[in-house]
Amino acid sequence: MIPLVGPTRRRQTLRHRLLRLAERATTPLLPADYLDLFHPLRPGADLRGRIIAIQPETADAATIVIQPGADWAGHVPGQYVRIGVDVDGVRQWRAYSLTHGPRADGHISVTVKAVPDGLVSSHLVRAARPGTLIHLEQAAGEFMLPTDGGRFLFVTAGSGITPVIGMLRNLFPVTDSGVVRLVRSAGYDIVVVHLAPSEPDSIFSAHLRELDAAGAIRLVAHYTDVHGSLDVDDLDELVPDLAERGTLACGPAGLLEALRRHHDRRNLTLRTEQFRAPRVAVGEGGTVTFGRSGTEVVADGATPILDAAESAGVLMPSGCRMGICYGCVLPLSSGSVRDLRTGEITTATPGETAGRGVPVQTCISAAAGTCELDH
Amino acid sequence: MTVLQKKTDNPIAHLTAEDIEQLGVELDAIRQSVIEARGADDAAYIRRVIDAQRKLELGSRAVLLVSLFPPAWILGTAGLAVAKIIENMEIGHNVLHGQWDWMRDPKIHSTTWEWDHASPAEQWKHAHNELHHNYTNVIGKDNDLGYGIMRVDEDQPWVPAFLAQPLWNFLNACFFEYAIAAYDLELGRNLRSKKRRRSPEFRGLAKQVLAKVRKQMTKDYLLHPALSGPSFVTTLGANATANLIRNLWAHSVIMCGHFPEGVQTFERRSIEGETHGEWYLRQMLGSANISGSKAMHFMTGNLSHQIEHHLFPDLPSKRYAEIAPQVEALFDRYGLKYTTGSLPRQVASAWKKVIRLSLPNDFGRRRVAEVQTMRDARNEMAGAAAAA
Ligand SMILES: Cc1cc2nc3c(=O)[nH]c(=O)nc-3n(C[C@H](O)[C@H](O)[C@H](O)COP(=O)(O)OP(=O)(O)OC[C@H]3O[C@@H](n4cnc5c(N)ncnc54)[C@H](O)[C@@H]3O)c2cc1C
Ligand code: FES
Repeated sequence: MIPLVGPTRRRQTLRHRLLRLAERATTPLLPADYLDLFHPLRPGADLRGRIIAIQPETADAATIVIQPGADWAGHVPGQYVRIGVDVDGVRQWRAYSLTHGPRADGHISVTVKAVPDGLVSSHLVRAARPGTLIHLEQAAGEFMLPTDGGRFLFVTAGSGITPVIGMLRNLFPVTDSGVVRLVRSAGYDIVVVHLAPSEPDSIFSAHLRELDAAGAIRLVAHYTDVHGSLDVDDLDELVPDLAERGTLACGPAGLLEALRRHHDRRNLTLRTEQFRAPRVAVGEGGTVTFGRSGTEVVADGATPILDAAESAGVLMPSGCRMGICYGCVLPLSSGSVRDLRTGEITTATPGETAGRGVPVQTCISAAAGTCELDH
Repeated sequence: MTVLQKKTDNPIAHLTAEDIEQLGVELDAIRQSVIEARGADDAAYIRRVIDAQRKLELGSRAVLLVSLFPPAWILGTAGLAVAKIIENMEIGHNVLHGQWDWMRDPKIHSTTWEWDHASPAEQWKHAHNELHHNYTNVIGKDNDLGYGIMRVDEDQPWVPAFLAQPLWNFLNACFFEYAIAAYDLELGRNLRSKKRRRSPEFRGLAKQVLAKVRKQMTKDYLLHPALSGPSFVTTLGANATANLIRNLWAHSVIMCGHFPEGVQTFERRSIEGETHGEWYLRQMLGSANISGSKAMHFMTGNLSHQIEHHLFPDLPSKRYAEIAPQVEALFDRYGLKYTTGSLPRQVASAWKKVIRLSLPNDFGRRRVAEVQTMRDARNEMAGAAAAA
């Protein structure tokens, strides 16, 4: 790094000193705690957003339009954002794919489908109100298109359409005068195979039809109530040039699994996005101790340690909550945990385990007997 | 007062072991009902209180920038004193108890909170939540009982030094936050021996306290006065006054919690093997409430509901008033005394006890005591005869 010299450096140290002075005037709080009272979306604040509008999409899905804080760094279409909302007074974090296209007002949006008994999704679709302050993290995720064009197939099911709509809106924005054909989108040839129980249940079906009619994409809509259930082998027929396309798929685990087998057999590339981690391995639970606070939590063998600890009021780091981001990793200092996806057991033995312990992902690990985390 | 176990009229003699366990079950049910009802309204409440408290503090400090002007001094000092009281009591004390941890908001959580007080949150939580709340009113274990410097029980032998205890108590009240920091450090015990004095653990903790005190003092007695420019001295005086008012208020409220007449103390031995129900029972008998207006409850951080707070230290403070009638009904049904009284009455009662215990037990009562001893002896003999 080039050392700062002259006025720049002086300005920086002055700024730093002023900040220190302000901290001394507000101790034990921080200046930010007072500024947050008046301007929670200002630059430098923890990343938050304000719900601007909630627009119904289908009977059980809605698009949430959010004004993000000044430090929102933007996203690549296809990525998701983690949102912290208070449901019944309790902060809950969930991931939602960004669905907005280019917008002059800088607002972002996510589209949520209320799943049965879903705590956060039902709250966002049915109970949340415009004006509510929510918490955000910067966009993340690897589910995106290459920037230099190409031939692609999207396979989406149900709410799995959301990251795809985010990409399509950026390639082919729709204005009052119709679909805009941008120069940068000319190199893309896209087929969308979208599965949904029925057309009225299908989020963005009108939008997809419009893009299809304008020739921006080719849409193959498959509604179970009309077309029956889809066998992945039908894809060869529905998309004859399948072999020349890169496939991106988002939907339930079963569909993605079938697609994976189908593509592996044909040696085709597949990129997937999953909303929920399948959990298979269940065993005995146990008591989890959090070494630093001394809190003890009794957890059964099916509940991720993350969920059990949060229910007991322990503040836990977290991310995707499905084992992909490593945002929830904590050192296991003694005892065993079970990976809920594979059943694999990880054990830490004090004295034998290096450092503070074995790093484990709490979102997909359940207690396997008594164990202790250094947290 | 004499420790419960030595009383001739033991207030729990009528309760069987099953009664006490049943009492525990009923209290658990009350607790569960609050946990189930806890929700968005509670979260909105604490956020509103924090929001208002911070604005009141900012406003008061802004007014004090011109504290040279007497009306500004009065207004600013009053506002700041109220803000500091709310910050320590309804917010700080309760957040540090983990009453709001269930919201999973890292900004309002017992593990991240720091308060406007000389004692660092971490040390205070240990001394208060772990020691005082577990060993409530157990002589020799609960430091809040006389703070290790006062005679709090007739059974403690009197020495002439106790004559000064009303004065100690008054000074304790004036410098309450520093006194608390000293108790949390167990300063008396730790300074007594060279070994303890030099232990790295004690030194580390003492350093933390000094750092915290330095920060607190710099803020109130240097920075904000300096910001006031020509009003330096008057702002300094205002901040000192606000701290003094907060200290006196907090001390009075806390003294009312465990000190007035009618509150029981317990022997060390009595808590060995204590059951869940017995623990509840000790909290019930070892605490006293303050009755009064909603505003009074709020300004005491709902510690006016000391009984409910000691039974359920981690339930949101806002809910204590709501469950108080159920708790009082429970006291009635189990034939226990729900000690409560107005603030002036309870403060007076606590002070009376401090003064009375500063004197030897038999002071001015020698004759009464003699009669009592004879009566006791006679009863005992009669009892023995009946048993035979
Ligand atoms: C990267 C990523 C992107 C996502 N994008 C979106 C999106 O754009 N739109 C969207 O609506 N959701 C999306 N999700 C799913 C979302 O994060 C939540 O999992 C979902 O809203 C359910 O949360 P909940 O609190 O309502 O349900 P919970 O209260 O957590 O669960 C209630 C019940 O629903 C089941 N359940 C949980 N998740 C799902 C699910 N996805 N489908 C069916 N049943 C489920 C649970 O097993 C449980 O039985 C995404 C998830 C990930 C990881
Ligand atoms: S929260 Fe993402 S891996 Fe656990």
